[in-house]
Amino acid sequence: MRLWTLTGAAIIAAGSATAGPVAPTDVAFGEYGSVSESLTGVPGDPEAGANVVKNKGIGNCIACHQVSALSDTPFQGEIGPPLDGVADRWSEAEIRGIVANAKKTYDGTMMPSYYKVEGYIRPGDAYTGKAAEEPLDPLLTAQQIEDVVAFLMTLSEE
Amino acid sequence: MKFKAMTAIAALALAVPALVVADPDDDNLVINGEIEMTTKVEPADHLDGALPTVMSGWHFRADETQALQMDDFDNPGMIFVDQAMDAWQTAEGTEDKSCASCHEDPADSMKGVRATYPKWNEDAGEVRTLAMQINDCRENQMGAEPYKYDSGPMASMEALISVQSRGMPVDVAIDGPAQETWERGKEIYYTRYGQLELSCANCHEQNYGNMIRADHLSQGQINGFPVYRLKNARLNTAHGRFKGCVRDTRAETFAPGSDAFVALELYVASRGNGLSVEAPSVRN
Ligand code: HEC
Ligand code: HEC
Repeated sequence: MRLWTLTGAAIIAAGSATAGPVAPTDVAFGEYGSVSESLTGVPGDPEAGANVVKNKGIGNCIACHQVSALSDTPFQGEIGPPLDGVADRWSEAEIRGIVANAKKTYDGTMMPSYYKVEGYIRPGDAYTGKAAEEPLDPLLTAQQIEDVVAFLMTLSEE
Repeated sequence: MKFKAMTAIAALALAVPALVVADPDDDNLVINGEIEMTTKVEPADHLDGALPTVMSGWHFRADETQALQMDDFDNPGMIFVDQAMDAWQTAEGTEDKSCASCHEDPADSMKGVRATYPKWNEDAGEVRTLAMQINDCRENQMGAEPYKYDSGPMASMEALISVQSRGMPVDVAIDGPAQETWERGKEIYYTRYGQLELSCANCHEQNYGNMIRADHLSQGQINGFPVYRLKNARLNTAHGRFKGCVRDTRAETFAPGSDAFVALELYVASRGNGLSVEAPSVRN
């Protein structure tokens, strides 16, 4: 009986993995925080990714980071390192890991975890100040993460 | 030649959009040419080295915004102080009393008050903010309706009382019976709330002086509260500001006047011990 339940659960998990994007709770992080498998299997679109990075209502990455390639967007922040040349410093898997959940790469970093749905203290319903309704959506969708990764992979100076 | 030089300058300006002067400045704050303010001070021992220098939010604002606070005729917050002076003298409630019935001239009776709030009230057995004390007088001395905690009339009354302590050092007590509340406030200050998982300390201790998008982060001190903000053209209370900052972490915020924000106010005020009371200050 017990064995049967376990097998059943395994089948369901395997089924969902092939059916759609990897769920936030199922992402396989490597020891140092990298994620080698694409979250969707669909190649990211760097232009869509650039939009996520600069748009205040989406990733808003430039609230904290400067990106010369996006210098048409004013008011770039100084909290994190500039992202110029980031593709020379990190592999695609490492970048995917940082964007999905930077805390797995940098313990205690201020950078938000963009593909995470649990473990928050007083999560809110976006910026209303009201309590969020469970289950939470991640800050970015799986495809948006892939788009951002594709954009960051274009930031090479070599 | 001239054309070329101009293009080069334009290109330079475009290439460095984030090059706004980000460090806090070294200007001196003197109000009406006579009240000298302490806007940078050695941190109190209880900060445990968390900040090298404690700084007023005034240093992080643009020159034009700073200037508005240097003369009471330019400071839009002073209009609300005048309005509160009318309220001070207006009898209200079942007792038909005004603030003046008990406290007469605020210039005498309220001098130094702001500097020590929030503080422990022995009879009530609680830490009281200035707003709580104002409402206690309204309800229990005047028989009047309390002001809504972060309302306009409350902010104005706080400003009238605070301005009597302008230039005096913030000196809130954190020991004895207030200590438990202070500890709770400290815990809140360092908790990473919301879906962005950000604490007060992430922005105001680790990153003051840095730009976060278009905002120049200060140390989040409250010696200048209530604050006149150009953005909403009114006086803003400390709890109103806390509420906005917590909301911006994509969190369920706390209510103005809640135990959590009272504790946080005591803690944040204590981080600014030694700074001059600046209210009503002017910010963007
Ligand atoms: C609230 C601030 C904040 C936001 C928002 C933010 N980051 Fe970061 N990021 C950081 C910090 C701080 C670091 C440095 C890690 C550390 O030391 O804690 C970092 C590091 C990184 C790195 C590694 C950089 C390098 O040069 O090695 C990448 C890549 C990155 N972030 C991408 C992003 C992307 C993409 C987004 C938006 C989807 C984003 N960040 C949003 C704060 C932020
Ligand atoms: C995501 C970043 C962020 C977080 C987290 C944050 N704040 Fe702020 N806060 C700001 C910004 C931006 C401003 C406006 C610029 C400034 O004065 O720093 C501000 C302003 C303030 C001010 C006004 C300071 C002045 O002189 O006018 C206070 C007080 C304050 N914050 C307190 C807090 C407290 C307490 C917390 C935690 C409950 C907190 N903040 C969390 C970003 C943040």
